Amino acid sequence: MTEFGINTPPETGAFLPRDRNWHPPAFTPTYKTSVVRAPQKALISFDNSLSEVTGPRFGHNLIGPNDNDLIINFARPGEMAIGQRIIVHGRVLDERGRPVPGVLVEYWQANAGGRYRHKKEGYQAALDPNFGGCGRSITAEDGSYWFRTVKPGAYPWPNGVNDWRPAHIHFSVFGSGFAQRLITQMYFEGDPMLKLCPIVNTIADPAAIEALVAPLDMSNTVPMDARAYKFDIILRGRRSTPFENRREGN
Amino acid sequence: MPQPLNLLKETPSQTAGPYVHIGLTPNFCDITGVYPEDLGTVMVGEATKGERITVTGRIFDGTGTPLRDGLIEIWQADASGRYPGPTDPRGGADPHFTGWGRCPADGETGVYRFETIKPGRVPWPDGRMQAPHISFWIVARGINLGLNTRLYFPEESAANAEDPLLKRLEHQARVPTLVGKREGQTITFDIHLQGPQETIFFDI
Ligand SMILES: [Fe+3]
Repeated sequence: MTEFGINTPPETGAFLPRDRNWHPPAFTPTYKTSVVRAPQKALISFDNSLSEVTGPRFGHNLIGPNDNDLIINFARPGEMAIGQRIIVHGRVLDERGRPVPGVLVEYWQANAGGRYRHKKEGYQAALDPNFGGCGRSITAEDGSYWFRTVKPGAYPWPNGVNDWRPAHIHFSVFGSGFAQRLITQMYFEGDPMLKLCPIVNTIADPAAIEALVAPLDMSNTVPMDARAYKFDIILRGRRSTPFENRREGN
Repeated sequence: MPQPLNLLKETPSQTAGPYVHIGLTPNFCDITGVYPEDLGTVMVGEATKGERITVTGRIFDGTGTPLRDGLIEIWQADASGRYPGPTDPRGGADPHFTGWGRCPADGETGVYRFETIKPGRVPWPDGRMQAPHISFWIVARGINLGLNTRLYFPEESAANAEDPLLKRLEHQARVPTLVGKREGQTITFDIHLQGPQETIFFDI
């Protein structure tokens, strides 16, 4: 039994402030779309109220049996998506290193050729009729999640005349509070496209970029089936409450 | 060297990109059969307590063009000011209200729309009551880290005037960027990412 399990109330303290020098800034001209979409005035900071420390919860019964298997969850019966079979697994932790159980993790990606199933997609790589590109999990008691998919391909995008995205998987993660809401992208160890990518390079600190690169994890490979990559996700931690001033009567 | 504090660093954000719908609202972009429905499309049912409202609007970039690829999530209290689920330590929220909505901008017009109820008042950490508000989280291509803002209600001028957060804003001239326009049961809340009407965004 863990102290912060699914069946025990989540922590309710205020969150540690975000380190906005670690995250990409809003205005990153080499990623051109950011130029007209970046707020130009300073963000207003305030300590969390209940509106920020609370957040939506999703039950395990939300998840269907194939939700975390992108190889078959869109495929015709008996068929499979084409590509290098991989397992992506890891844990969702907070900045204090505690597992974050019972939270929804959603992921989406291009197919093995680098093509998205989306009407705005302009890349000529072939659609895979058996690949939709989305999946989801709810973290277990120890914060762990996993899914099976095909390794996405790199793809070109209209930014510079010859910009290509490295292979990546998009992640959306809930925590226990709305202020933890996070969207990010996972990259693959050893990809030579990483250092060329204007979106990767919106992040200034090389150590922060490394935090998005999943290592090949042969210890979790399924022989003759799928290789594994490990991607841990760290959400904002909460201030510990034992030393907080309490108002009279609280 | 002193002992390390052993805090981990938050996973850095990356843009949601142009294909965020595939992951978060697959049915909206014609990826059907994977999930029975897109999450966050229904917040209220017949039994939900409170005044039914529609919250709608658009997100505008610095050129005045509506974003047609953005996605908004909202989080709000129920009609009595309690947050659904186990994360509100007070408990007792309306079991027929989710409090959470997710809506992609329309691919042609950029309009988003939530059918919800008007939230009650929620306490500030020191016990004073906040004015009714809905928390917004906005992601899109070109937004490197999700943007947080709040919608307040125009008919709540007295509560807004004593709201602990609104009251302390240095530039009071910007407060109207957080207040929707109301017509009947419809509150229109346009979000401006840049320009003279730039919406106040929060670092929460
Ligand atoms: Fe992508």
